[in-house]
Amino acid sequence: MNSKMSDRRGFLKGTAAMAGLAVGAIPFANGNALASVTPGEPNTSMGVTKLGVTPDEPNIQDLLYGGRSRYETTVRIPSVGWNGATGLRNLTPLQDSIGVITPSSYHYLVQHDMHITNIDPRQHTLMIYGMVDRPLVFTMEELKRLPSVSRIHFLECTGNSGLMHYKSMLHDQKLGRADLTVIQAMHGRVSTSEWTGVPLSLLLKGAGVQKQASWLVAEGADLCRHAKSFPLAKAMDDVIVAYGQNGEALRREQGYPLRLVVPGWQGVNNVKYVKRIKLVDKPYYLGRETSSYTNLKPNGKASWYESQVGPKSLITYPSDAHHLPERGLYEISGLAWSGRGAISRVEVSTDGGRTWKDAQLQQPVFRKAFTRFRLGWNWSGAETVIMSRCTNEYGDIQPTMLELAKLWGDQVTPHYTGEEIEHWWETAAIMEFLNNPILPWRVKPDGSVQDALYNTLYNTNGPSKNSYYSGGKI
Amino acid sequence: MVLLACGTAMAQLPIYNVGRAPTEAELHPSDGVVGSDGKELPPGRGTAKEGETIYAAKCAACHGKNGEGIYPWPRLVGGIGTLNTPIPVQTVGSYSPYATTIWDYIQRAMPPFPLEKNLTPDNIYALTALLLYWNGIIKEIDVMDKNSLPEVQMPNRHGFYPDPPQSTPNKDGTWQPYWNQAKPAAK
Ligand code: HEC
Repeated sequence: MNSKMSDRRGFLKGTAAMAGLAVGAIPFANGNALASVTPGEPNTSMGVTKLGVTPDEPNIQDLLYGGRSRYETTVRIPSVGWNGATGLRNLTPLQDSIGVITPSSYHYLVQHDMHITNIDPRQHTLMIYGMVDRPLVFTMEELKRLPSVSRIHFLECTGNSGLMHYKSMLHDQKLGRADLTVIQAMHGRVSTSEWTGVPLSLLLKGAGVQKQASWLVAEGADLCRHAKSFPLAKAMDDVIVAYGQNGEALRREQGYPLRLVVPGWQGVNNVKYVKRIKLVDKPYYLGRETSSYTNLKPNGKASWYESQVGPKSLITYPSDAHHLPERGLYEISGLAWSGRGAISRVEVSTDGGRTWKDAQLQQPVFRKAFTRFRLGWNWSGAETVIMSRCTNEYGDIQPTMLELAKLWGDQVTPHYTGEEIEHWWETAAIMEFLNNPILPWRVKPDGSVQDALYNTLYNTNGPSKNSYYSGGKI
Repeated sequence: MVLLACGTAMAQLPIYNVGRAPTEAELHPSDGVVGSDGKELPPGRGTAKEGETIYAAKCAACHGKNGEGIYPWPRLVGGIGTLNTPIPVQTVGSYSPYATTIWDYIQRAMPPFPLEKNLTPDNIYALTALLLYWNGIIKEIDVMDKNSLPEVQMPNRHGFYPDPPQSTPNKDGTWQPYWNQAKPAAK
């Protein structure tokens, strides 16, 4: 093993430890409120008595915030490769998702440094300035007095499902990580929450946006001070300055006490800990809109400021995190979303793309949000490939990997094939950002389930001969 | 700034009467965002030579002695001419379209937690000059300041599209990357 390899291993361990630490350090409400009580000990100090008689029974203080059954062990996992090594990036366990809401504790997390900030909401303010008639500073208390909206929207990381993560995943598995599945490691950078806050348009109108303003720059108060510019037109459309998530305050790692939610747009725009919004007359060409979050094509030109997330779906059960115990009846279940509007249709194939059936959509269907789809399936026990494909209300259809590759101007990323793994990280900033291909799973006769897309892409030079690569049209 | 003097009514959100006018200091934050025309850049100056000692002390541990990168930290030097090759090397030298971006990013995020962010504007000008010099974009003696930095011509200035980026949605409400174009051919 060369020194680079051992460095990486060391770093991965460090990352896992850091991630664990960060999670463990989040104070629970009960821990704060009743700090003098030793967890697990009968608590009489506040006149509160133990509820039950067996050692399993929770103390009342454990029930004040609420915990889950000890039999439930699903967690987010840290991301893979450099992507998991230079910042805190935790992935949503889509394989265990139920319904359309992602519990806040499962919401994916991409933080560009190793730090999650702790902001006192009484100290936090939001300033609107730049090209406005009335620059304004708001306290949290003031923002909460304003008319609010609650909307259900997905957030998806720009790099979700990117091919580079597959390389990293194999690499990390080689180094001994045993917690990685394709569904979580490749696709776990997407989640859906109910977000509550003030429409940004209300604040902007009140501040009096000047005629020449056409963009804005939002800045966060975290230590790496994430900043992103995006067009004013989007801000006036449906952006929320959110303080609530799933019926409570934002989680600390989701931007407590205040963040932007930019519905349907790539995650990088949804600035957390938002503290300043500057109205300007052009894009600001910041690091996160030039060096990264841009999409370099084989011809050396890069597209930038890509925003709207394409129609995307995947089967979450069964997936490669599951094992089918026997042949028989199963409910295939999955999630579909689109940055442009509501999902209107999801089709599922259980025969490798030969035939497709309409799945049932969970009602109501929310715009720019997860839509749960379900379809009954009688598995014969034979090897087969299952996959889903969605359509949004405008008729945009989830593309095949081949169609995506054409859109990228790519032979499915020649830069990813046949390169030495030792070199991959030099180019790892290249992400393919339009990652909404049809995602097939192969069900094996022994009941195991495998990814049927990425392995075929990665192991070949040039376009794959594998039929699933072209969307399963055999 | 005349508006600010107009009293409380002007300094609050109309109808709801919440919010206040920012102070002068708040309106010109020392750590504020810097755009490509550099108009928010603070006074100060620096050269590559001056950047060397600061870089060695505060940056080299992660980015390498000469900016070559140490996994998993990114390389900052090299790659010009590689963007259309099988191994494109994207660095702030080969890839960034504006030199102001480098200044803003260092100011904003470097060095990362848990290291202390205590670079002065002079330090940041010097470090930016050093990275530009190492990438062969400016000379070792070139002084970087509020006026010269936005003037630096980056080799990949025209490497991005659409240029300028889309500011308003298409007629049908779509934004890049135009998903309707990805619609599969009729079956
Ligand atoms: C603890 C390690 C560490 C130190 C020390 C450090 N950096 Fe960084 N640097 C990083 C990481 C990690 C990134 C990428 C962060 C990301 O993209 O999320 C980065 C990114 C950068 C970038 C952007 C690269 C690009 O391609 O966009 C620049 C410029 C930079 N650093 C300059 C500096 C300078 C100058 C110093 C010294 C003052 C410094 N860094 C110190 C870890 C470090």
